[in-house]
Amino acid sequence: MDPVVEVRGLVNRFGRQVVHDGLDMQVYPDEVFGIVGGSGAGKSVLLRTILGLQRPGAGTVCIYGSDITGLTEAQLRPIKASYGVAFQSGALYSGLTVLENVQLPMIEHLDLPPTALDDLGLLKIRLVGLPADAAGKYPAQLSGGMVKRAAVARALALDPQLLFLDEPTSGLDPVSAAAFDDLVLYLQQHLKLTVVMITHDLDSIFRTCNRVGVIVDRHMVSDTLDRIVDYPNSWIQAYFHGERARARLGAQHGT
Amino acid sequence: MSATAPSTEAVEFRRTAEGLELELTGEWRVREVAALEMALAAIDVASVPRIRIATAGITDLDLSGAWALRGFVRRARRAGAEVSFKGEPPDQLRLVDETLAAQAAPDADALPARPVHDEPGDRALVALGRYAVRSGHDLVLGLAFLGRTFLTFTASLAHPRRLRPISVVRHVYETGITAMPIVSLIAFLIAVIIAYMSAQQLRGLGADIYVVDLVAIGVLRELGVLLTSVIVAGRSGSSFAAELGSMKLNEEVDALIATGADPYELLVVPRVLGLVIALPLLTVVADLIGLAGGALLCRYLLDMPLTQYVNRVNEAISSTTFWVGVWKAPVFALLISIAGCYRGMQVRGSARELGHMVTVAVVQALFLVILADALFAVLFMRLKI
Repeated sequence: MDPVVEVRGLVNRFGRQVVHDGLDMQVYPDEVFGIVGGSGAGKSVLLRTILGLQRPGAGTVCIYGSDITGLTEAQLRPIKASYGVAFQSGALYSGLTVLENVQLPMIEHLDLPPTALDDLGLLKIRLVGLPADAAGKYPAQLSGGMVKRAAVARALALDPQLLFLDEPTSGLDPVSAAAFDDLVLYLQQHLKLTVVMITHDLDSIFRTCNRVGVIVDRHMVSDTLDRIVDYPNSWIQAYFHGERARARLGAQHGT
Repeated sequence: MSATAPSTEAVEFRRTAEGLELELTGEWRVREVAALEMALAAIDVASVPRIRIATAGITDLDLSGAWALRGFVRRARRAGAEVSFKGEPPDQLRLVDETLAAQAAPDADALPARPVHDEPGDRALVALGRYAVRSGHDLVLGLAFLGRTFLTFTASLAHPRRLRPISVVRHVYETGITAMPIVSLIAFLIAVIIAYMSAQQLRGLGADIYVVDLVAIGVLRELGVLLTSVIVAGRSGSSFAAELGSMKLNEEVDALIATGADPYELLVVPRVLGLVIALPLLTVVADLIGLAGGALLCRYLLDMPLTQYVNRVNEAISSTTFWVGVWKAPVFALLISIAGCYRGMQVRGSARELGHMVTVAVVQALFLVILADALFAVLFMRLKI
């Protein structure tokens, strides 16, 4: 199976500080891939590189087989339409309503009549579990959980097969976070999505991820969840077997 | 007896004795939705008893494609046709159905209510009334803001540390020192314009010497301070509003309040104080450069020796001319900084609001400065200064 996202030999540095040094990562179709790493390990830089927001120092980033590092802005456009991104703080356009936020990618990439735009926009808003009356609200009027859902609705505007989520459950209460995990699973299963998710949330990882990539020492170690927890690295051990993780792991192994 | 009418590659339909047979093929993806909708809309479903849809030929169906298909199915059912699928209906169609069925209200209710249109005359009257009420409200709030700032300032006087001297100095630097090049340039150009224009007129009367009077009085009394204020309103009024506005959006102001700090004391008073100190100083600079520009032009345009220019300036101006201009500066500074800070603190919600409030801040600062200057002109005339 060809990987949907493939990163090879990625090097990123800022001045003297090397963030990634030969990082490899593969994401396969229909999986939920979690990216984990300590603060400052370069998770967000990795995501920005994959999204083409930042050119890497060296290495290749392939999305659906095409290397995006050498492409021009015009060549990137169809690739950008093929995936959706939900940023950490939502990054909803504050001057537009939720519905208009969802419609914006459609207006940019498609030529649809207004009624179809309204219907499709509402469909996406309903799909992520937002009430229909959220459509006319502005981002400032939404709760944190609703902002995250609206961001996913916008990410799904063009029916992508690939979805990037940046810390989707951060800042949510455990109940909302669990509900959001369920949403990710629901969407993944029904839309046959490939999901790449940066997260710190152990519950979220155990609930949704098939495979996990951990950034340690400027490289990535990736494996299935079962195996990665036993990987002999002090940070990985501390992360998966630390005080906060123990209860969770016990529950996982008990079932 | 059957007729085949392939309308597009994606939709083929056959009319049979029982009704309509649809064969759907190809990619039903969001990119093609507009074309798919058109192809489906072209199919006449009136008085067709039965429609059978074969979806096996669809290679790729996403939600938007399923939405287009669902629209057709609903239209056909409403027209009285019995719609069935050859084999299982596609999963995506079910997902769209489930998603939209959970919606109790019809689609139109979910959209923001469109404003109800009244009679045009009523509408204008209502708009005027709203505008008047809002303006009055705005004025009261602006005065309250000014009062609050003044109270914070007087309360801080007893504890000089609470006047935030470092912050004040920063604002004197940013609004004053960094504005000196542009203020100097404008003052010079204004002096050139006055001298040049008046020289053309006065030369015909043989009254060249009065060019000096016009430059000296014009720059010192009015134009030096007024144009400096206009530049500062554009530079600093906008930056105050934008700075405070983005702090509001970022919840930094709320964070200050939550820690028990007073945003008026930390943010507003230092800006107002900084500008009230900086603008008179800038005005002095503008006056000097303006007079120098006048001297230069008189020397080369009117061949007037420098000593004669200086003497004439001395005769033309009275002891108050310079101070009249400089005393206006702190008042203008107060108006500019209050307009900027007040509008900045009013920003809430969105980036668009920020842009709007910065615009309002600058426009109102300019308006207030010019209004105040007009009032000063009347006042000084009454006082015979």
